[in-house]
Amino acid sequence: MYPSDYRYTKEHEWIKVSGNIGTIGITDYAQHELGDVVFVELPAVGAKITAGQVFGTVESVKAVSEIFAPVSGEVTEANTALTSTPETLNSDPHGAAWLIKAKLSNPGEVSSLMDAAAYGAFISEKEASA
Amino acid sequence: MTSPTTTQLRKTALNGVHRRLKAKMVNFGGWDMPVEYSGIVAEHMATRTAAGLFDVSHMGEIEVRGERALELVQHVTCNDASKLVVGQAQYSGLMTERGTFVDDLLVHKISDTHYFLCVNASNQEQDFEHIRAHNRPNAQIDNAGERYSQIAIQGPKALGILQRFASVPLESIRYYYFTFGKVDGVDCLIARTGYTGEDGFEIYFAPEHSEKLWTKLLDAGSEVGMLPCGLGARNTLRLEASMCLYGHEIDDTTTPWEAGLGWICKPAKGEFLGRENLIRQKEKGVDRTLVGFEMQDRLIARDACDVSIGGKPAGRVTSGSPAPFLKKNIGMAYVPTAFKAPGTDLTIGIRSNQAPARIVPTPFYKRPK
Repeated sequence: MYPSDYRYTKEHEWIKVSGNIGTIGITDYAQHELGDVVFVELPAVGAKITAGQVFGTVESVKAVSEIFAPVSGEVTEANTALTSTPETLNSDPHGAAWLIKAKLSNPGEVSSLMDAAAYGAFISEKEASA
Repeated sequence: MTSPTTTQLRKTALNGVHRRLKAKMVNFGGWDMPVEYSGIVAEHMATRTAAGLFDVSHMGEIEVRGERALELVQHVTCNDASKLVVGQAQYSGLMTERGTFVDDLLVHKISDTHYFLCVNASNQEQDFEHIRAHNRPNAQIDNAGERYSQIAIQGPKALGILQRFASVPLESIRYYYFTFGKVDGVDCLIARTGYTGEDGFEIYFAPEHSEKLWTKLLDAGSEVGMLPCGLGARNTLRLEASMCLYGHEIDDTTTPWEAGLGWICKPAKGEFLGRENLIRQKEKGVDRTLVGFEMQDRLIARDACDVSIGGKPAGRVTSGSPAPFLKKNIGMAYVPTAFKAPGTDLTIGIRSNQAPARIVPTPFYKRPK
Protein backbone atom coordinates (compact mmCIF):
# COMPACT_ATOMS: atom_id res chain seq x y z
CA MET A 1 0.00 0.00 0.00
CA TYR A 2 2.65 2.51 1.00
CA PRO A 3 5.52 2.54 -1.53
CA SER A 4 8.68 1.27 0.07
CA ASP A 5 10.91 3.80 -1.68
CA TYR A 6 8.98 6.78 -0.25
CA ARG A 7 9.49 8.47 3.09
CA TYR A 8 6.65 9.75 5.27
CA THR A 9 5.80 12.41 7.82
CA LYS A 10 3.49 12.36 10.82
CA GLU A 11 1.30 14.87 8.98
CA HIS A 12 0.79 12.32 6.21
CA GLU A 13 2.97 13.74 3.48
CA TRP A 14 5.25 11.51 1.40
CA ILE A 15 8.47 12.27 -0.44
CA LYS A 16 10.26 10.29 -3.14
CA VAL A 17 13.84 11.34 -3.66
CA SER A 18 15.68 11.00 -6.95
CA GLY A 19 19.17 12.53 -6.90
CA ASN A 20 18.59 15.82 -5.14
CA ILE A 21 15.01 16.29 -6.37
CA GLY A 22 12.16 15.30 -4.09
CA THR A 23 8.63 14.62 -5.34
CA ILE A 24 6.13 15.40 -2.57
CA GLY A 25 2.50 14.46 -2.03
CA ILE A 26 -0.04 13.40 0.58
CA THR A 27 -0.72 9.82 1.52
CA ASP A 28 -3.70 7.60 0.92
CA TYR A 29 -4.52 7.89 4.64
CA ALA A 30 -4.65 11.69 4.28
CA GLN A 31 -6.92 11.65 1.24
CA HIS A 32 -9.26 9.20 2.92
CA GLU A 33 -9.47 11.40 6.01
CA LEU A 34 -10.16 14.46 3.85
CA GLY A 35 -12.90 13.04 1.68
CA ASP A 36 -13.67 14.42 -1.78
CA VAL A 37 -10.91 16.90 -2.69
CA VAL A 38 -12.24 19.98 -4.45
CA PHE A 39 -9.33 22.44 -4.45
CA VAL A 40 -5.55 22.46 -4.20
CA GLU A 41 -3.38 25.53 -3.54
CA LEU A 42 0.29 25.04 -4.44
CA PRO A 43 3.34 27.29 -4.23
CA ALA A 44 4.86 28.84 -7.33
CA VAL A 45 7.97 27.48 -9.04
CA GLY A 46 10.95 29.07 -7.34
CA ALA A 47 9.24 29.36 -3.94
CA LYS A 48 11.24 28.21 -0.94
CA ILE A 49 9.89 25.47 1.30
CA THR A 50 11.07 24.77 4.84
CA ALA A 51 10.85 21.41 6.60
CA GLY A 52 7.86 21.32 8.96
CA GLN A 53 6.27 24.47 7.57
CA VAL A 54 3.09 24.90 5.56
CA PHE A 55 3.62 25.06 1.80
CA GLY A 56 0.09 24.67 0.49
CA THR A 57 -3.47 23.61 1.18
CA VAL A 58 -5.72 20.80 0.08
CA GLU A 59 -9.43 21.41 0.47
CA SER A 60 -12.18 18.85 0.66
CA VAL A 61 -15.89 19.67 0.63
CA LYS A 62 -15.88 19.95 4.40
CA ALA A 63 -12.40 21.02 5.39
CA VAL A 64 -9.22 22.93 4.62
CA SER A 65 -6.04 21.01 5.31
CA GLU A 66 -2.59 22.56 5.44
CA ILE A 67 0.26 20.66 3.82
CA PHE A 68 3.61 20.62 5.62
CA ALA A 69 6.92 20.36 3.80
CA PRO A 70 8.81 17.16 4.67
CA VAL A 71 12.08 18.82 3.68
CA SER A 72 13.58 22.20 2.89
CA GLY A 73 14.34 23.38 -0.63
CA GLU A 74 13.12 25.22 -3.69
CA VAL A 75 10.05 24.32 -5.75
CA THR A 76 11.03 23.22 -9.28
CA GLU A 77 7.60 22.03 -10.45
CA ALA A 78 3.99 22.28 -9.24
CA ASN A 79 1.38 19.78 -10.42
CA THR A 80 -0.94 22.22 -12.15
CA ALA A 81 -3.11 19.37 -13.51
CA LEU A 82 -4.63 19.28 -10.04
CA THR A 83 -6.22 22.66 -10.73
CA SER A 84 -8.71 21.08 -13.10
CA THR A 85 -8.87 17.59 -11.60
CA PRO A 86 -8.37 17.91 -7.81
CA GLU A 87 -10.21 14.62 -7.36
CA THR A 88 -7.08 12.83 -8.59
CA LEU A 89 -5.85 13.26 -5.03
CA ASN A 90 -8.51 10.79 -3.95
CA SER A 91 -7.90 8.27 -6.72
CA ASP A 92 -4.10 8.34 -7.07
CA PRO A 93 -2.51 10.14 -4.09
CA HIS A 94 0.84 8.35 -4.40
CA GLY A 95 1.22 8.73 -8.17
CA ALA A 96 -0.51 11.12 -10.53
CA ALA A 97 -1.55 13.46 -7.68
CA TRP A 98 1.99 14.43 -6.60
CA LEU A 99 1.88 18.04 -5.43
CA ILE A 100 5.32 19.57 -6.03
CA LYS A 101 8.88 18.71 -6.93
CA ALA A 102 11.64 20.49 -5.08
CA LYS A 103 15.42 20.74 -5.16
CA LEU A 104 16.56 19.67 -1.67
CA SER A 105 18.68 22.19 0.19
CA ASN A 106 19.42 19.74 3.01
CA PRO A 107 19.20 16.10 1.78
CA GLY A 108 20.10 14.87 5.28
CA GLU A 109 16.56 15.78 6.42
CA VAL A 110 15.14 12.78 4.54
CA SER A 111 16.71 10.20 6.81
CA SER A 112 14.76 11.47 9.82
CA LEU A 113 11.45 10.69 8.09
CA MET A 114 9.54 7.42 8.57
CA ASP A 115 9.94 4.59 6.12
CA ALA A 116 6.93 2.68 4.77
CA ALA A 117 6.91 0.15 7.60
CA ALA A 118 7.14 2.82 10.31
CA TYR A 119 4.40 4.89 8.64
CA GLY A 120 2.18 1.83 8.32
CA ALA A 121 2.62 1.17 12.04
CA PHE A 122 2.01 4.83 12.85
CA ILE A 123 -1.36 4.91 11.13
CA SER A 124 -2.39 1.49 12.45
CA GLU A 125 -1.92 2.89 15.93
CA LYS A 126 -3.94 5.97 15.03
CA GLU A 127 -6.81 3.89 13.72
CA ALA A 128 -6.75 1.61 16.75
CA SER A 129 -7.12 4.50 19.16
CA ALA A 130 -9.80 6.29 17.14
CA MET B 1 -12.41 22.01 27.47
CA THR B 2 -12.04 18.38 26.53
CA SER B 3 -14.48 16.92 24.06
CA PRO B 4 -16.46 13.80 24.96
CA THR B 5 -15.00 10.45 24.06
CA THR B 6 -17.03 8.41 21.61
CA THR B 7 -18.53 6.42 24.47
CA GLN B 8 -19.95 9.61 25.96
CA LEU B 9 -21.62 10.79 22.76
CA ARG B 10 -25.32 10.19 22.27
CA LYS B 11 -26.15 7.60 19.66
CA THR B 12 -29.19 7.10 17.47
CA ALA B 13 -30.73 3.65 17.10
CA LEU B 14 -28.95 3.40 13.73
CA ASN B 15 -25.44 3.94 15.10
CA GLY B 16 -24.48 0.30 14.57
CA VAL B 17 -25.71 0.44 10.99
CA HIS B 18 -23.62 3.51 10.20
CA ARG B 19 -20.52 1.89 11.60
CA ARG B 20 -21.18 -1.35 9.70
CA LEU B 21 -21.47 0.75 6.53
CA LYS B 22 -18.06 2.20 7.48
CA ALA B 23 -19.35 5.75 7.67
CA LYS B 24 -16.92 8.44 8.79
CA MET B 25 -18.35 9.48 12.14
CA VAL B 26 -18.28 12.91 13.76
CA ASN B 27 -19.37 14.52 17.01
CA PHE B 28 -22.35 16.65 16.01
CA GLY B 29 -23.84 18.56 18.94
CA GLY B 30 -22.95 15.71 21.29
CA TRP B 31 -24.21 12.98 18.92
CA ASP B 32 -22.05 10.33 17.23
CA MET B 33 -23.25 10.85 13.67
CA PRO B 34 -22.20 9.81 10.15
CA VAL B 35 -20.69 12.67 8.14
CA GLU B 36 -20.26 10.60 4.97
CA TYR B 37 -20.42 7.00 3.74
CA SER B 38 -19.19 6.90 0.14
CA GLY B 39 -18.29 10.57 -0.22
CA ILE B 40 -20.11 13.88 0.14
CA VAL B 41 -20.17 14.62 -3.58
CA ALA B 42 -21.60 11.21 -4.51
CA GLU B 43 -24.20 11.41 -1.77
CA HIS B 44 -25.19 14.95 -2.71
CA MET B 45 -25.54 14.04 -6.39
CA ALA B 46 -27.49 10.88 -5.61
CA THR B 47 -30.03 12.95 -3.66
CA ARG B 48 -30.46 15.40 -6.54
CA THR B 49 -30.72 12.75 -9.26
CA ALA B 50 -32.11 9.64 -7.56
CA ALA B 51 -32.53 9.54 -3.78
CA GLY B 52 -30.69 9.88 -0.50
CA LEU B 53 -31.45 8.20 2.81
CA PHE B 54 -30.64 10.15 5.97
CA ASP B 55 -30.68 9.16 9.65
CA VAL B 56 -32.01 12.30 11.33
CA SER B 57 -32.98 10.64 14.59
CA HIS B 58 -30.80 13.07 16.51
CA MET B 59 -33.41 15.77 15.85
CA GLY B 60 -35.63 16.61 18.80
CA GLU B 61 -39.37 16.24 19.13
CA ILE B 62 -41.56 18.20 21.53
CA GLU B 63 -45.26 17.41 21.93
CA VAL B 64 -47.69 20.11 23.01
CA ARG B 65 -51.13 18.91 24.11
CA GLY B 66 -54.34 20.08 25.69
CA GLU B 67 -57.08 22.64 25.23
CA ARG B 68 -54.54 25.45 25.24
CA ALA B 69 -51.91 23.79 23.10
CA LEU B 70 -52.36 26.23 20.22
CA GLU B 71 -52.13 29.16 22.61
CA LEU B 72 -48.70 28.01 23.77
CA VAL B 73 -47.47 27.28 20.27
CA GLN B 74 -48.63 30.72 19.13
CA HIS B 75 -46.99 32.42 22.11
CA VAL B 76 -43.51 31.01 21.57
CA THR B 77 -43.31 30.94 17.75
CA CYS B 78 -43.37 33.62 15.07
CA ASN B 79 -45.45 31.86 12.38
CA ASP B 80 -49.23 31.59 12.59
CA ALA B 81 -50.08 28.06 13.71
CA SER B 82 -53.79 28.91 13.79
CA LYS B 83 -53.70 28.72 9.99
CA LEU B 84 -52.76 25.03 10.06
CA VAL B 85 -55.34 22.39 9.31
CA VAL B 86 -55.06 18.91 10.78
CA GLY B 87 -52.32 17.12 8.85
CA GLN B 88 -50.46 20.28 7.91
CA ALA B 89 -46.99 21.47 8.94
CA GLN B 90 -45.22 24.81 8.84
CA TYR B 91 -41.65 26.04 9.16
CA SER B 92 -41.38 28.48 12.07
CA GLY B 93 -39.09 30.13 14.59
CA LEU B 94 -38.95 29.67 18.34
CA MET B 95 -38.60 33.23 19.54
CA THR B 96 -36.81 35.05 22.34
CA GLU B 97 -38.46 38.09 23.92
CA ARG B 98 -36.30 40.20 21.62
CA GLY B 99 -37.71 38.59 18.48
CA THR B 100 -34.58 36.62 17.73
CA PHE B 101 -34.26 32.86 17.23
CA VAL B 102 -34.01 30.30 20.01
CA ASP B 103 -34.27 27.73 17.20
CA ASP B 104 -35.99 27.06 13.92
CA LEU B 105 -38.47 24.20 13.82
CA LEU B 106 -41.35 22.48 12.09
CA VAL B 107 -44.79 22.70 13.70
CA HIS B 108 -47.18 19.87 12.79
CA LYS B 109 -50.88 20.06 13.69
CA ILE B 110 -52.04 16.58 14.69
CA SER B 111 -55.31 17.84 16.17
CA ASP B 112 -56.76 20.95 17.78
CA THR B 113 -55.24 19.74 21.05
CA HIS B 114 -52.01 18.15 19.81
CA TYR B 115 -49.05 19.86 18.11
CA PHE B 116 -45.84 18.03 17.20
CA LEU B 117 -42.67 20.11 17.02
CA CYS B 118 -39.46 18.96 15.35
CA VAL B 119 -36.44 20.91 16.60
CA ASN B 120 -32.68 20.91 16.07
CA ALA B 121 -30.62 18.19 17.74
CA SER B 122 -28.22 20.60 19.41
CA ASN B 123 -31.00 22.76 20.84
CA GLN B 124 -33.44 20.16 22.18
CA GLU B 125 -32.87 20.83 25.86
CA GLN B 126 -32.78 24.62 25.54
CA ASP B 127 -35.89 24.62 23.38
CA PHE B 128 -37.82 22.50 25.83
CA GLU B 129 -36.71 24.67 28.75
CA HIS B 130 -37.66 27.79 26.87
CA ILE B 131 -41.12 26.49 26.05
CA ARG B 132 -41.56 25.30 29.63
CA ALA B 133 -40.52 28.69 31.02
CA HIS B 134 -43.08 30.43 28.82
CA ASN B 135 -45.90 27.94 29.30
CA ARG B 136 -48.37 30.48 30.73
CA PRO B 137 -51.34 28.59 29.25
CA ASN B 138 -50.18 25.53 31.18
CA ALA B 139 -50.43 23.22 28.20
CA GLN B 140 -49.04 19.70 28.52
CA ILE B 141 -45.54 19.58 27.05
CA ASP B 142 -43.34 16.54 26.57
CA ASN B 143 -39.73 16.31 25.52
CA ALA B 144 -40.33 13.31 23.29
CA GLY B 145 -36.97 12.93 21.52
CA GLU B 146 -36.30 9.47 22.96
CA ARG B 147 -39.62 8.15 21.67
CA TYR B 148 -38.87 8.78 18.01
CA SER B 149 -36.40 7.77 15.38
CA GLN B 150 -36.54 9.79 12.18
CA ILE B 151 -35.42 8.90 8.69
CA ALA B 152 -35.49 11.26 5.72
CA ILE B 153 -35.77 9.96 2.17
CA GLN B 154 -35.18 12.74 -0.33
CA GLY B 155 -34.86 13.06 -4.09
CA PRO B 156 -36.87 12.60 -7.29
CA LYS B 157 -37.12 8.84 -6.68
CA ALA B 158 -37.91 9.09 -2.96
CA LEU B 159 -41.67 8.79 -3.34
CA GLY B 160 -41.43 5.70 -5.53
CA ILE B 161 -39.07 3.97 -3.13
CA LEU B 162 -41.10 4.78 -0.01
CA GLN B 163 -44.38 3.88 -1.73
CA ARG B 164 -43.23 0.28 -2.02
CA PHE B 165 -43.57 0.02 1.75
CA ALA B 166 -46.17 2.67 2.61
CA SER B 167 -49.76 1.83 3.42
CA VAL B 168 -51.02 5.19 2.18
CA PRO B 169 -50.91 6.77 -1.30
CA LEU B 170 -47.98 9.16 -0.89
CA GLU B 171 -48.84 11.23 -3.93
CA SER B 172 -51.93 12.48 -2.10
CA ILE B 173 -49.78 14.01 0.67
CA ARG B 174 -49.10 17.56 -0.45
CA TYR B 175 -45.82 19.33 0.25
CA TYR B 176 -45.67 20.36 3.93
CA TYR B 177 -48.52 18.05 4.87
CA PHE B 178 -48.34 14.78 6.76
CA THR B 179 -50.37 11.73 7.65
CA PHE B 180 -50.24 8.69 9.87
CA GLY B 181 -49.69 5.40 8.10
CA LYS B 182 -47.60 2.26 8.08
CA VAL B 183 -44.23 1.80 6.46
CA ASP B 184 -43.38 -1.88 6.21
CA GLY B 185 -46.03 -2.49 8.87
CA VAL B 186 -44.53 0.07 11.27
CA ASP B 187 -46.71 2.96 12.48
CA CYS B 188 -45.21 6.22 11.23
CA LEU B 189 -45.92 9.89 10.98
CA ILE B 190 -45.18 10.40 7.28
CA ALA B 191 -44.44 14.04 6.40
CA ARG B 192 -43.72 15.48 2.98
CA THR B 193 -40.99 17.73 4.34
CA GLY B 194 -37.22 17.89 4.10
CA TYR B 195 -34.02 19.86 4.30
CA THR B 196 -32.57 19.27 0.85
CA GLY B 197 -34.61 21.25 -1.66
CA GLU B 198 -35.82 18.00 -3.23
CA ASP B 199 -39.18 16.27 -3.02
CA GLY B 200 -39.21 13.68 -0.30
CA PHE B 201 -40.44 12.51 3.05
CA GLU B 202 -39.46 12.44 6.68
CA ILE B 203 -40.86 9.55 8.70
CA TYR B 204 -41.08 9.42 12.50
CA PHE B 205 -41.51 6.10 14.32
CA ALA B 206 -40.63 4.15 17.44
CA PRO B 207 -36.87 3.55 17.69
CA GLU B 208 -37.06 -0.25 17.93
CA HIS B 209 -37.98 -0.40 14.23
CA SER B 210 -35.05 1.71 13.07
CA GLU B 211 -32.71 -0.92 11.62
CA LYS B 212 -35.51 -2.80 9.91
CA LEU B 213 -36.92 0.30 8.20
CA TRP B 214 -33.52 1.68 7.25
CA THR B 215 -32.40 -1.61 5.74
CA LYS B 216 -35.65 -2.18 3.83
CA LEU B 217 -35.57 1.34 2.38
CA LEU B 218 -31.87 1.22 1.56
CA ASP B 219 -32.07 -2.20 -0.12
CA ALA B 220 -35.02 -1.12 -2.25
CA GLY B 221 -33.58 2.32 -2.97
CA SER B 222 -30.13 1.01 -3.91
CA GLU B 223 -31.71 -0.67 -6.91
CA VAL B 224 -32.50 2.79 -8.33
CA GLY B 225 -29.40 4.68 -7.24
CA MET B 226 -30.24 5.73 -3.68
CA LEU B 227 -27.28 6.21 -1.35
CA PRO B 228 -27.11 6.54 2.42
CA CYS B 229 -26.20 10.18 3.10
CA GLY B 230 -24.46 11.76 6.06
CA LEU B 231 -24.37 15.19 7.62
CA GLY B 232 -21.81 16.40 5.08
CA ALA B 233 -24.23 16.01 2.17
CA ARG B 234 -27.09 17.19 4.36
CA ASN B 235 -25.23 20.47 4.73
CA THR B 236 -24.25 20.94 1.09
CA LEU B 237 -27.81 20.11 -0.01
CA ARG B 238 -29.49 22.57 2.33
CA LEU B 239 -26.96 25.29 1.46
CA GLU B 240 -27.60 24.91 -2.27
CA ALA B 241 -31.30 25.24 -1.46
CA SER B 242 -30.52 28.37 0.63
CA MET B 243 -32.00 26.88 3.77
CA CYS B 244 -30.86 28.29 7.09
CA LEU B 245 -28.85 26.41 9.68
CA TYR B 246 -29.19 27.41 13.31
CA GLY B 247 -25.96 28.73 14.67
CA HIS B 248 -25.01 29.99 11.22
CA GLU B 249 -27.68 32.02 9.37
CA ILE B 250 -29.93 32.31 12.42
CA ASP B 251 -29.23 32.54 16.13
CA ASP B 252 -30.32 34.52 19.15
CA THR B 253 -28.98 37.74 17.59
CA THR B 254 -30.90 37.51 14.31
CA THR B 255 -34.52 38.30 13.54
CA PRO B 256 -36.67 36.71 10.81
CA TRP B 257 -36.65 39.98 8.83
CA GLU B 258 -32.83 40.06 8.70
CA ALA B 259 -32.64 36.40 7.69
CA GLY B 260 -35.04 36.70 4.77
CA LEU B 261 -37.59 34.69 6.74
CA GLY B 262 -40.32 37.33 6.79
CA TRP B 263 -42.61 34.75 5.19
CA ILE B 264 -42.70 32.80 8.49
CA CYS B 265 -43.12 35.87 10.71
CA LYS B 266 -46.73 36.96 11.32
CA PRO B 267 -47.17 39.84 13.78
CA ALA B 268 -50.78 40.09 12.56
CA LYS B 269 -51.56 36.79 14.28
CA GLY B 270 -51.52 38.46 17.68
CA GLU B 271 -49.26 38.41 20.72
CA PHE B 272 -46.08 36.34 20.73
CA LEU B 273 -42.60 36.56 22.22
CA GLY B 274 -40.65 39.31 20.50
CA ARG B 275 -43.62 40.70 18.56
CA GLU B 276 -43.12 44.30 19.72
CA ASN B 277 -39.44 44.36 18.75
CA LEU B 278 -40.24 42.77 15.43
CA ILE B 279 -42.93 45.31 14.58
CA ARG B 280 -40.52 48.11 15.48
CA GLN B 281 -37.75 46.63 13.38
CA LYS B 282 -40.07 46.16 10.42
CA GLU B 283 -41.07 49.81 10.57
CA LYS B 284 -37.52 51.05 10.97
CA GLY B 285 -36.06 48.69 8.42
CA VAL B 286 -33.31 46.14 9.03
CA ASP B 287 -29.66 47.25 9.19
CA ARG B 288 -28.35 43.96 7.86
CA THR B 289 -29.69 41.38 5.44
CA LEU B 290 -28.79 37.78 4.69
CA VAL B 291 -27.60 37.30 1.13
CA GLY B 292 -26.30 34.49 -1.02
CA PHE B 293 -23.09 34.82 -3.01
CA GLU B 294 -20.99 32.94 -5.54
CA MET B 295 -17.20 32.91 -5.56
CA GLN B 296 -15.73 34.30 -8.75
CA ASP B 297 -12.53 32.29 -8.87
CA ARG B 298 -11.48 28.91 -7.52
CA LEU B 299 -11.12 29.86 -3.86
CA ILE B 300 -13.74 28.51 -1.46
CA ALA B 301 -15.36 30.70 1.19
CA ARG B 302 -15.79 28.99 4.55
CA ASP B 303 -17.84 29.73 7.65
CA ALA B 304 -16.66 32.85 9.50
CA CYS B 305 -14.52 34.27 6.69
CA ASP B 306 -14.49 38.07 6.66
CA VAL B 307 -16.61 39.83 4.05
CA SER B 308 -15.81 43.31 2.80
CA ILE B 309 -17.52 45.61 0.32
CA GLY B 310 -15.65 48.44 -1.34
CA GLY B 311 -12.75 47.85 1.00
CA LYS B 312 -14.86 48.19 4.16
CA PRO B 313 -15.68 45.33 6.57
CA ALA B 314 -19.24 44.22 5.88
CA GLY B 315 -19.79 41.07 7.91
CA ARG B 316 -18.85 37.41 8.01
CA VAL B 317 -19.70 34.33 6.02
CA THR B 318 -22.39 32.36 7.86
CA SER B 319 -22.01 29.25 5.70
CA GLY B 320 -19.56 28.65 2.85
CA SER B 321 -18.89 25.53 0.84
CA PRO B 322 -18.53 23.99 -2.58
CA ALA B 323 -21.92 23.30 -4.16
CA PRO B 324 -21.54 19.89 -5.82
CA PHE B 325 -24.62 19.99 -8.06
CA LEU B 326 -24.16 23.58 -9.22
CA LYS B 327 -20.41 23.08 -9.55
CA LYS B 328 -19.77 26.45 -7.95
CA ASN B 329 -18.49 27.65 -4.60
CA ILE B 330 -21.25 29.44 -2.71
CA GLY B 331 -22.03 30.95 0.63
CA MET B 332 -24.32 33.14 2.67
CA ALA B 333 -23.47 36.20 4.71
CA TYR B 334 -25.05 39.16 6.43
CA VAL B 335 -24.28 42.47 4.72
CA PRO B 336 -25.47 46.01 5.40
CA THR B 337 -28.93 46.22 3.85
CA ALA B 338 -27.85 49.00 1.49
CA PHE B 339 -25.58 46.51 -0.29
CA LYS B 340 -27.89 43.50 -0.53
CA ALA B 341 -28.68 43.72 -4.27
CA PRO B 342 -27.71 40.79 -6.49
CA GLY B 343 -24.72 41.78 -8.61
CA THR B 344 -22.96 43.53 -5.72
CA ASP B 345 -19.28 42.64 -5.55
CA LEU B 346 -17.92 41.25 -2.31
CA THR B 347 -14.42 40.40 -1.19
CA ILE B 348 -13.99 37.36 1.04
CA GLY B 349 -10.89 36.99 3.20
CA ILE B 350 -9.62 33.42 2.70
CA ARG B 351 -6.30 32.80 4.42
CA SER B 352 -4.02 35.47 2.91
CA ASN B 353 -6.22 35.91 -0.15
CA GLN B 354 -8.82 38.57 -0.91
CA ALA B 355 -11.17 36.48 -3.02
CA PRO B 356 -13.79 38.04 -5.29
CA ALA B 357 -17.43 37.05 -4.89
CA ARG B 358 -20.78 38.38 -6.10
CA ILE B 359 -24.23 38.47 -4.52
CA VAL B 360 -26.69 36.28 -6.40
CA PRO B 361 -30.45 35.75 -6.04
CA THR B 362 -31.47 32.87 -3.82
CA PRO B 363 -32.27 30.04 -3.74
CA PHE B 364 -29.08 28.99 -5.50
CA TYR B 365 -30.84 25.78 -6.50
CA LYS B 366 -34.50 25.14 -7.17
CA ARG B 367 -35.65 21.67 -8.10
CA PRO B 368 -37.19 21.26 -11.52
CA LYS B 369 -41.02 21.16 -11.55
